[in-house]
Amino acid sequence: MSDVIGKFTRNVPDWRPRVAPVRLDEATPAQLDALQVTPSNTKVSDYVLTLAHDVETLKVRSPLFNAIMYDSGGMSRAERELSALAASMVNRCIYCAAVHAARHAQLAKDTTVTDELFAKGEDADLSPRDRAIFDLAFALAKTPSEATPEQMQALRDAGLDDAEIFDLILSSALFGWANRLMHILGDPVRKGSA
Amino acid sequence: MSRDGIARTTLTEMSCVAPGDRLAAVMAGRANVIEMTRAAEDAVLCPRETGGWSHDLRAALAARIARQNGLSDLGTRYSAMIGDAAIADLADPGKDGAAQGLGAVCAFMDGVSVCPRDVTAADLAGLQAAGISDADIVRLCEISAFMAYQARVIAGLKLMQETVA
Repeated sequence: MSDVIGKFTRNVPDWRPRVAPVRLDEATPAQLDALQVTPSNTKVSDYVLTLAHDVETLKVRSPLFNAIMYDSGGMSRAERELSALAASMVNRCIYCAAVHAARHAQLAKDTTVTDELFAKGEDADLSPRDRAIFDLAFALAKTPSEATPEQMQALRDAGLDDAEIFDLILSSALFGWANRLMHILGDPVRKGSA
Repeated sequence: MSRDGIARTTLTEMSCVAPGDRLAAVMAGRANVIEMTRAAEDAVLCPRETGGWSHDLRAALAARIARQNGLSDLGTRYSAMIGDAAIADLADPGKDGAAQGLGAVCAFMDGVSVCPRDVTAADLAGLQAAGISDADIVRLCEISAFMAYQARVIAGLKLMQETVA
């Protein structure tokens, strides 16, 4: 379909499901609970309504996602976004890549890193620390993981401590999960066409 | 809880990080993530509402994905959860599932597991044409997606542990 976006971008597209999302007016009490639908909050995205088909997983996934991406301590939020972006590039999840490239640019107050990555892919010109983070996150996203001891050493040489490296692993791995939902269950489409 | 403050879960047991190790303290710093990962594993592999996919079949698919990620010990752990001998061989990525009438399911799961970038709308349409409901398609994707996450956390922790100075 011509409105499906095939190139990486920081402009967050709409998302159009390939399966029928749960209809709010047919949702079970368990689904409404997981969706956190209240009389004053009835706006739920098609993505979340799609995931509501597996409500037990949805209910535990959202807090886990938030903890890995936003809890305090460890690796910076911008660097977690870079790790998420690396995985999304491996899996070519255009939607996730857009969301997390945009967040990286916002948190870093700089578009240089994501401009480079979208223009040159793996050959982007990055700072030694960003390069080390990107390389491990990218390699870990392959099946099976292609992460190497040399890449782990590069992270330590770039000054990352164990807690930061664990956060890097978690955020890349988390997008192994997110990409397999977002990229498989729907299409990124131009705003307004979903 | 162990003395390092993290519960025994698939993630802590399969990552080769022993209590008292330097990395055990690092994992304890994200004890909430470890615990929520365990809860997610329960939701994906042993849900109350199984849809079309039994707990045994979910364990077999999890074992298959573990092996596709090069984690044979994780595969063994999930294979031990399979009670139904008729589907046990689905845990072997070399088997195509045709004998169990699950050829389309295995082919789809293998694509999502190994190279999700190449999975297309046509692959989903194929499952729908085979009579699989949208809810069961979402359930399959969550099994693959969660396992992709868990396998990578384990692979990453193992690599960290191997390279601790």
